[in-house]
Amino acid sequence: MAASRRRWQDTLEERRFLAPLLIAPAVLFIGLLVGVPLVLAIYLSLTDATAGSLTGDFVGLRNYLDAWDDPTFRRALKNTIIFTVVSQAIVLLCAGFLAHALVRNFRGKWLLRFLVLLPWAAPVALSTVGFLWIFHSLYSVVNWTLVHDIVPGSPAFYPYKAINWAFARDFWPGFIQISPIEPIDPPQWLGEPHLAMAAIILIHAWRIIPFATVIFIAGLASLPPEIDDAALVDGATGLRKFWYVTFPLQLPIALVALLFGIVFTATDITVVQVLTQGGPFNSTQILTTWAYATGINGAALGEGAAISLYLLPPLAFVAILMLWFARKVEVT
Amino acid sequence: MERRQKLLSYLVVGPFAIVLAFPFYWMLMTSLRSDNDLYDIQQVPFKFNADSPTLANYRFLFEQTDYRLWLQNTVIVGVVVVGITLVLALPAGYALARLSGRWGQSVGVGIFLTYLVPPTLLFLPLSRVVSDLNLNDRLWSLIVVYPSFTVPFSTWLLMGFFKTIPPELEDAALVDGASRLSALVRVVFPLSIPGILTVVIFSFSLVFNEFIYALTFISNSETRTVSSAVPTELIRGDVFYWGALMAATLIPAIPLALLYNAFLNRFIAGFTGGAFR
Repeated sequence: MAASRRRWQDTLEERRFLAPLLIAPAVLFIGLLVGVPLVLAIYLSLTDATAGSLTGDFVGLRNYLDAWDDPTFRRALKNTIIFTVVSQAIVLLCAGFLAHALVRNFRGKWLLRFLVLLPWAAPVALSTVGFLWIFHSLYSVVNWTLVHDIVPGSPAFYPYKAINWAFARDFWPGFIQISPIEPIDPPQWLGEPHLAMAAIILIHAWRIIPFATVIFIAGLASLPPEIDDAALVDGATGLRKFWYVTFPLQLPIALVALLFGIVFTATDITVVQVLTQGGPFNSTQILTTWAYATGINGAALGEGAAISLYLLPPLAFVAILMLWFARKVEVT
Repeated sequence: MERRQKLLSYLVVGPFAIVLAFPFYWMLMTSLRSDNDLYDIQQVPFKFNADSPTLANYRFLFEQTDYRLWLQNTVIVGVVVVGITLVLALPAGYALARLSGRWGQSVGVGIFLTYLVPPTLLFLPLSRVVSDLNLNDRLWSLIVVYPSFTVPFSTWLLMGFFKTIPPELEDAALVDGASRLSALVRVVFPLSIPGILTVVIFSFSLVFNEFIYALTFISNSETRTVSSAVPTELIRGDVFYWGALMAATLIPAIPLALLYNAFLNRFIAGFTGGAFR
């Protein structure tokens, strides 16, 4: 009895057995709850399953083709790309500046960093409800500020006049030029397609900026201080130093932040679902909300699955890019 | 030089901090106003007017709605999910950091990549599975499904943390005759408490954040979680309780943000530690 227990313990000590034993539960669990549903989603997308059943007749690629032929789907695909690309461009720019400023030590840094981090720490569904109020059709604080004299006691300064002066002119190409803002009829942020798209992009940028900043700071902090000295000796300062020294060294980690930002934005459903539910008139529909509308509200489970699976190839591409970077960083 | 750099930092971070934090300032202002003040278009919204500031919205939220229940549900789900996550991710993270060689590296990266498979790809098939198992409208459905995103994330973080603990410490315990398991429990885990706490906090905040599973699996008010309840139950047709809504969004956000800020440095170390070293 004692001998067999001894042997059992020896076996346990052996790395060859212990390592798989410790890893297996996590891998099995993930396989069961990510792998199986993913396969199930692919299977469903090839059938005509409706809500209420997990099976259906095999219909080949018809769901994918039907989805593709729907103008709303095209719109959703286009919006997904626009929202992701534009918001991530804003994020990279802002996070770059913020990270360079926050990596230094200064008084009050803790408080400022806390304020900067708030958008990322707060649950997205809830902060989006906050934006519903900020962009409200009657009580929007943005509109109030636009159409009121905001420098009290001075000759009137109305922000909307400045904006009209700058942007409501033929000089600009169509996507920048705006029609003049009327104080009587201020912008309906969530009721007008282009403004609703702008609002969604801004909210996405707003919530990802802190995340990207944090990753950038980690990258900046990991640069050895000798690099600063070496750059100084070589006479590289300011912009030149940034372009030739900091930027190339920062590139891998910046790209990781960017890839995560892309995944978080492109696959998100919360912001659009809470803010506009794809409206007005399906103009802000994205792939995920359209899949929800089709698969849950419309009860076309198979087609809904097909719509969401259009996200899989880009995701796989991002995953491969990440692996490639991880390997590259490891080698150097 | 030094002074100028610091000034520059303030000039950059200051405006960003104001813009990024403004929505929360606005939630706070709104949550403290009376309805008379809030819905009077003639008033300046940046200062308190008729009957304001008031805690009436908070009172309404806790006394007239299921808000307390939603908070309670979220915390229950969070605690159980964190427990499951630790049971699965602690051994896996340790084994990947210490016991496995090259194949362990690949498994680690593989686990991490599953974190990239988003809930929005999986909620349709899972919603069917959940209703086939009769788990609709039960917290169990969320408790079972949520570890699918907390475990990959936590395993990766813990792997990074365990790599930073010198292996000599365990080896010493092993030489002294301790089994690997007791070396793990007595030497490694106590040293990793900061890392484990980080995982607990971030898993918990992921649970608070989750929206789409909670929205599709649960449709009655009593078993909703905060994230899915506030945008659905408090917004009914054209009736909006804006003051209470803003209070409801602010209450979970502030403690979560404070915890985040406190553990941020460790989070960065773990998150990038696996890949960039």
